[in-house]
Amino acid sequence: MAVRTANVSRHYRMGDALVRAVDGISVDIRAGEFVALLGASGSGKSSLLNLVAGLDSPTSGAVTVHGNDLAALSREQLAKYRLHTVGMVFQSFNLIASMSLLENVELPMRFAEVDRLERAALARESLERVGLGGRISHRPMELSGGEQQRASLARALINQPKLLLADEPTGNLDSRTGTEIMELIRSFNQSLGMTVLMVTHEQALAEKYAGRMLHLADGKLVDDLSNSGAREIPVQPAAQGRKTE
Amino acid sequence: MKFYDVADLAVRNLRESIFRNSLTTIGISVGVASLVAMLSLGIGLQQLASRRLQESGLFDTVVVTSRRDLHNFREQREVGPPPAESPVLDEGARSKIAQIPGVVEAYPDIRFITDLRMDGKTHLTMVAAVPFSAKNNNDAFDSLQGSFFSSAEAAEAILQKSFAEELLGITPKPGTDSTSLAELARPLLGKELTMRYAERASSSSSSSSSSSSSAEGQSDRAAYSVISRERVLKIIGLTDLDPDSLRGGARARVFLPLKLAESLHIMQPNLRDTSASDAPSYTSLSVRVENPNQVPAIEGAIKKMGFGAFSLVDASRSMRQFFSVLDAFLAIFGSLALAVASIGIVNTLVMAILERRREIGIMKALGASDADVRGLFFAEAGAMGLVGGAAGVTLGWLIGRAINFGTNIYLKRQNFPMAQIWSVPLWLVLGAIGFSIVVSLVSGLYPASRAARLDPVQALRYE
Repeated sequence: MAVRTANVSRHYRMGDALVRAVDGISVDIRAGEFVALLGASGSGKSSLLNLVAGLDSPTSGAVTVHGNDLAALSREQLAKYRLHTVGMVFQSFNLIASMSLLENVELPMRFAEVDRLERAALARESLERVGLGGRISHRPMELSGGEQQRASLARALINQPKLLLADEPTGNLDSRTGTEIMELIRSFNQSLGMTVLMVTHEQALAEKYAGRMLHLADGKLVDDLSNSGAREIPVQPAAQGRKTE
Repeated sequence: MKFYDVADLAVRNLRESIFRNSLTTIGISVGVASLVAMLSLGIGLQQLASRRLQESGLFDTVVVTSRRDLHNFREQREVGPPPAESPVLDEGARSKIAQIPGVVEAYPDIRFITDLRMDGKTHLTMVAAVPFSAKNNNDAFDSLQGSFFSSAEAAEAILQKSFAEELLGITPKPGTDSTSLAELARPLLGKELTMRYAERASSSSSSSSSSSSSAEGQSDRAAYSVISRERVLKIIGLTDLDPDSLRGGARARVFLPLKLAESLHIMQPNLRDTSASDAPSYTSLSVRVENPNQVPAIEGAIKKMGFGAFSLVDASRSMRQFFSVLDAFLAIFGSLALAVASIGIVNTLVMAILERRREIGIMKALGASDADVRGLFFAEAGAMGLVGGAAGVTLGWLIGRAINFGTNIYLKRQNFPMAQIWSVPLWLVLGAIGFSIVVSLVSGLYPASRAARLDPVQALRYE
């Protein structure tokens, strides 16, 4: 199993209110699956993604990725997990403005202490793979949104992660560019056998590219459908709006 | 992250906010400059004082006496045999002492009162012999008018200023400017003085000298004669300082080369004449050592040989202690500016965290560990410390040089010799840069740990 969440919850306080961003979600994702996390804004999609990414810790429950119980890992081990097991793509690309594309893509390899010459060659290769071989010395601001997201994708894949986590990767792109990005993600999913967990609120996009769709509402998993329409787990009752107490 | 990558990213980040970081670095450099300038003056003054004292011969010299002369004194605590059994301080003892490791030379203290004649007038004064090595080791000859002895045995004399005034019949009036050394030297240099002295000769040689007024010794032990001789000396130099100031009351006013004085076998009032041999023994020897630090050990070794020995090394130790305290005070005052600069570093780095909050979040999401983030901020602080330290040392060096220049102009106007009152040794350069880096790293502790603790989810949300 690539990802397993066991009754995982992430609650936090906002003033006097307790926000249940993720509320008891249990789900299994097999290696090589392309899974879309769907739901309205505030439904807990990104929070669940952050828990799987090891960026956040659950209030209760467990997240296991490729046999690693993330709650049991130290901060140092979590950093290594993010470095080697997970690749992340963000809605706002999150490229570092002061660095060229090549340097941005090289950045995770600096943390992995890869030799300078080797990482430059790998970063160049990765940028060529996403069609940016001619733009390696450009700064992010000199590129279009689609190009930035492709560079972001090249960076996410540079350490050959087993799991690609994409948080609204087409959210800031027009539909044509968004489709290009989704095609790239699908090609990596299929050619590299990489598990993809993608947050989106576009049902059509999810239906087109994902093999499985997890619908979240109020921090709960309300539906788990394969693209063929088969339901994977019993649906939990959905409540209206974000649940606070 | 590897060191190179940390350094590379740190430099890149510093360049991104170059104006603010430059201001912070200038703050550090001003702090380091004040520290370096203060300490360079303290060290310079210490070196000047040490050099002067070393050149004066007071601190690298051990005066050796025969303890036989002390048989009338109580000296129960002295090392070595009782005074009566103490060895004779003769030529053999002199060569033994000269062979002690660290001893540069051992020479007898030759001084005597005699008549000196010039232009028909006779002047009675104290004459002392000076070793040829005093040319480079004795600051009394720094302001010499004329020249030092041309050779170790040259029939030449250097006059002390007061004796030169006496020869020229000048009496300095109190409250008025004394005649300058150059003015005194003009009529005297090159002139000849006739020195009358009593030669101590062995009885065999004295018997062959019919022209001498020999004085045969009364006892069996005094196997030598005293012959009245004259020697013409050429005046080649004038000095206004006393090269033999250690002697206090017995200050000489005319100086001869030591080898010349030894070859003349001058009868001295302090020469011990109890030896059966016609070879002289000495009341005291001056032993010059390589380094003042060796003085106590050599003093001890000489005492073990049965001689009396004393030096002024304790005074030198007190002086070093004084300068250590002075340097410490100067360093504390100099460091105050650096302490203020360190607040600037904290401020700059905290600002950098706020500005780069999202960037830190991205780095953490990409796999940067807390140590990577902490190391990056440390490196930025260290780089500012390194650049600020290097610039500060340069600035401090320039300030010290300027103060030295100004001081020398003042000294020149006051008719004092020029002096180097400032010194920037290599250890100060490296120490100041190192201290600057350490202070910067300490200042970076809080910002670096704050950056490392940032919650990546919160940081990624930051706009």
